[in-house]
Amino acid sequence: MTDTQKAVVPRPTALELFDGPVTDASLRRYLEGIPGVDAVGLEQRAAGLGTRSIKTSSKKWALDTIIELIDLTTLEGADTPGKVRSLVAKAVTPDASDPSTPRVAAVCVYGDMVPYAVEALGSHHSAGTDSGINVAAVATAFPSGRASLAIKLSDTADAVDAGADEIDMVIDRGAFLSGRYGQVYDEIVAVKEACRRSDGTYAHLKVILETGELNTYDNVRRASWLAILAGGDFIKTSTGKVAPAATLPVTLLMLEVVRDWHRLTGEKVGVKPAGGIRTSKDAIKYLVTVAETVGEEWLQPHLFRFGASSLLNDVLLQRQKMSTGHYSGADYVTID
Amino acid sequence: MSFLNYAPAPESTAILNLKSEYGLFINGEFVDGHGTPFSTISPANEKTITTIASANDEDVDRAVAAARKAYDKTWSRMSGSDRGKYLFRIARLVQERARELAVAESLDNGKPIKESRDVDVPLVAAWFFYYAGWADKLDYAGAGANPASLGVAGQIIPWNFPLLMLAWKIAPALAAGNTVVLKPAETTPLTALLFAEILQQADLPPGVVNIITGAGATGSALVNHTDVNKIAFTGSTNVGRGIAKAIAGTDKRVTLELGGKAANIVFDDAPIDQAIEGIVNGIFFNQGHVCCAGSRLLVQENIHDEVVDRLKERLSTLRLGDPLDKNTDIGAINSAAQLERIKTLSDVGESEGAERWSPDCELPSDGFWFAPTIFTNVSTSHRIAREEVFGPVLSVLTFRTPAEAIAKANNTPYGLSAGIWSDKGSRILAVADKLRAGVIWANTFNRFDPASPFGGYKESGYGREGGRHGLAAYLKPAGSARAVTAAPSADITDTALTTQKGSDK
Amino acid sequence: MSRLAVPKTYKLYIGGKFPRSESGRTYEVVTKKGAFLANAAQASRKDARDAVVSARGALSGWANATAYNRGQVLYRIAELLEGRRVQFIDEIVQSEGVSAGAATRQVDEAIDRWVWYAGWADKYVQVTGNANPVSGPYFNLSVPEPTGVVAIVAPQDSSLLGLVSVVAPALVAGNTVVVLASERLPLSAISLSEVLATSDVPGGVVNILTGSSAEVAPWLASHADVNAIDLTGAAALDWVDLEIAAAGTLKRVIRPEGGTDLAAPSLDRITALTETKTVWHTKSLI
Repeated sequence: MTDTQKAVVPRPTALELFDGPVTDASLRRYLEGIPGVDAVGLEQRAAGLGTRSIKTSSKKWALDTIIELIDLTTLEGADTPGKVRSLVAKAVTPDASDPSTPRVAAVCVYGDMVPYAVEALGSHHSAGTDSGINVAAVATAFPSGRASLAIKLSDTADAVDAGADEIDMVIDRGAFLSGRYGQVYDEIVAVKEACRRSDGTYAHLKVILETGELNTYDNVRRASWLAILAGGDFIKTSTGKVAPAATLPVTLLMLEVVRDWHRLTGEKVGVKPAGGIRTSKDAIKYLVTVAETVGEEWLQPHLFRFGASSLLNDVLLQRQKMSTGHYSGADYVTID
Repeated sequence: MSFLNYAPAPESTAILNLKSEYGLFINGEFVDGHGTPFSTISPANEKTITTIASANDEDVDRAVAAARKAYDKTWSRMSGSDRGKYLFRIARLVQERARELAVAESLDNGKPIKESRDVDVPLVAAWFFYYAGWADKLDYAGAGANPASLGVAGQIIPWNFPLLMLAWKIAPALAAGNTVVLKPAETTPLTALLFAEILQQADLPPGVVNIITGAGATGSALVNHTDVNKIAFTGSTNVGRGIAKAIAGTDKRVTLELGGKAANIVFDDAPIDQAIEGIVNGIFFNQGHVCCAGSRLLVQENIHDEVVDRLKERLSTLRLGDPLDKNTDIGAINSAAQLERIKTLSDVGESEGAERWSPDCELPSDGFWFAPTIFTNVSTSHRIAREEVFGPVLSVLTFRTPAEAIAKANNTPYGLSAGIWSDKGSRILAVADKLRAGVIWANTFNRFDPASPFGGYKESGYGREGGRHGLAAYLKPAGSARAVTAAPSADITDTALTTQKGSDK
Repeated sequence: MSRLAVPKTYKLYIGGKFPRSESGRTYEVVTKKGAFLANAAQASRKDARDAVVSARGALSGWANATAYNRGQVLYRIAELLEGRRVQFIDEIVQSEGVSAGAATRQVDEAIDRWVWYAGWADKYVQVTGNANPVSGPYFNLSVPEPTGVVAIVAPQDSSLLGLVSVVAPALVAGNTVVVLASERLPLSAISLSEVLATSDVPGGVVNILTGSSAEVAPWLASHADVNAIDLTGAAALDWVDLEIAAAGTLKRVIRPEGGTDLAAPSLDRITALTETKTVWHTKSLI
């Protein structure tokens, strides 16, 4: 650890929990003492939640809520300022034919695209307020995370300086899988610190576990605890670059950790499934899972997000169907 | 609005095409019964669904005679492969009419549509599909070459899984070459009668399956009928005892699936969230109207408070109400009589000093309802820890060591099922070995499959249903006038082995 | 001049010990022609009760012994029977009044039958158990286990072979037994108990009562701590009443058999006194 990092303070509740310094050994003892996950039972529970039938008024509310929870995302090597401007326009006006359509929570872009997103949002940018649209940037050598800590920290700081409200970092899966929990922990703590703005406020930190690479549910559960202990504001399933990305069981599992953290400390941590959620039908299953696992309170942008791009248009099609009574078509929603 | 109060999502009853009255299904036709007809009602609102004929002794005679004739003239002479084809047809017809059957089941029984749709009816089709394939492979069933069928099987089924229990009974009986007279429960005859229509669509030869509706007297006449070769019964231990007595001294064979008071054992290293789900599924599935329900939660003392807290939190998200609503988790209690029993035993639990808890939960004004209920501070001597409540009532007890858990789990005259929750494989297997119960679920609960034998130890009955063992309950070895036992768990005799092994050469 | 013989005192066999009946009663065992052979103990219901307690106490150890071990212990009985062939033949000749050849055939058949059953101990589970291909991510296995305490009414017309034919199969799976020996021909049963007592069969695994089956059997049939009753030798008793009594606690019942070769060796006799247990366990890589 460098001297600058030593000054960094992780989540105070974590220190209380550990009753002393957080070390590799103490983390291991803690994380490995967490009850295991039975995959079959977890997947059955998720499947059961997926059979809820959401109709009429509930469905209308659900569709609007989904939109409000979306991090509208473009994360391509081919991204350009023009593409980002188009994305922002879609975020601000999802459905030009229906002004009552809510706006999304945030746009999510690569770090170098943050200035264009901020500029394009203009007055719609939340810029630290409770209203408006946030700019989220992926950072820390997204998606692989294979870079030196210094690069990851400057990647983060750059995006924050450019006006990012939220940072979506990736954990070092290699370190996690080889049991170097302390390293993963320290990195999250350091990135969190890099989220600090000059005025002392912090950009919100979403910690991407890349659950597809962690592979087992036990690993996902431990990594979720680890990310929360280190101070993550959100735990996020995936980069979208690795399959499988978000699944309902893995999201359910992360919600259970968030619920348990709340039971333990009273603190509320957010969850963001990302990648692979493309239809309203699927997204509604996630809403049900959130509501029945951790409570309806979590269905707010500061506690739950969908990382998605094509989901928005499917929700808009469903929304149009509900208001007009007939099925809509792809030409009646805009591409971004 | 509260999202969690999902808008109503009722399954439509328009798919049903019910008649205003149903006769007895004898010899392939619906005929009038000669007992006093009765109504079947929906337990969710007490409204009459339809009128059902009642079979008196002469009707039972007629049904048995039809089954005997079909056995002698048709079914016992038919090739196994043709019998199998009929069963395959039935499986497909059940799949085709699955939604209709699920709606009818939930209407008549009160169970949530999501259960009848996702559990009961798919398993019914699976059961026929599984046993269909056995019909021409009986040589491999474990009863030696050319095993013989038994003849006419009298089958009496309960109200908790009306159509599924019908499938458990009829499928193996027909596959083995027997013919059937089946009596559904008085409060839930509807799906059996729809099933009779399916048999007509399948063109099953007349008399191979006869379905007679009625109350206890009808069942009793069937049990005592001299031309019945086999009795298969699922229901209460008390009635099972009566049947065992009634058939004493006869040549009848019998399988009995009776009551239970299953322990669901949660160790402190259990996968806790799945264990909570398993506890909920174990006792609140089908309103707890399940003979193998995990009605005694045995939780390791050091995690008792946490488990109970989490359980209460989880129960608060259960939805009780209209069985036909797709979001209903807990449906109606099947009958006024059953509701009364649940209430009585729960009151006893309270008066004996156990602590009663139910989530806030509005009960509909019409129909029969009981909120999911947990009793803590229960000790092994409490009646709610010993007697089968057959309702959504969980008794929580604690243990300190695996040995104590096993001792408490086995401390019951019943022995149908048990659950074990732990992350430690060696302990699960060792505990499973020592539990005196016919079905052990480890890190799961209430799973059923046609390939998996199901049945009890001790006063939970004898014989197995499901799998090869379930088939054996309808077979006897070739050339054997009767099987060795009145109640074999697996009637497996290789004729080659029955020849005397001696030194007389 | 012939030596004066030393006659044997025939007693009950309960819990590995040889008590007299607690009732103090005995009855005369006679030859086919009616000559006095011995005074056998006439067991009472309390002796039956004690025998059930012994059998229950021995159950866990016997049922949980490894199948290989049970097989060897049972085989050891056959070895010991072989060593006492002459004694058994003499007793059978005396009490049944049959020829030495017939008695020899009975003893040899009994020994061989015992060997046959001993070999099943580590096989019956494989033959009657099952791996079940359920449609879901579950390991699913069905295995037979001993039913528990088994009461047996032994065949009445065969001193040794009938007894062996009902006792051995019950022991294979790990049940413990309380057997009512042939009332008229009990001597071989007592001699068998002497063999058992000097073998590796733990005390209480086999308990042998002599006396009136009609008197004692109803107590066993209605005993709540008996799990199964084998009425093979009960054809001459009021066996329907016994079956009805057994139904009180839903005991497994083997109905009486008749004929010349009753209780012929069969795997069915083993499985009839077993319970099939099915274990489900979740399966997952992740």
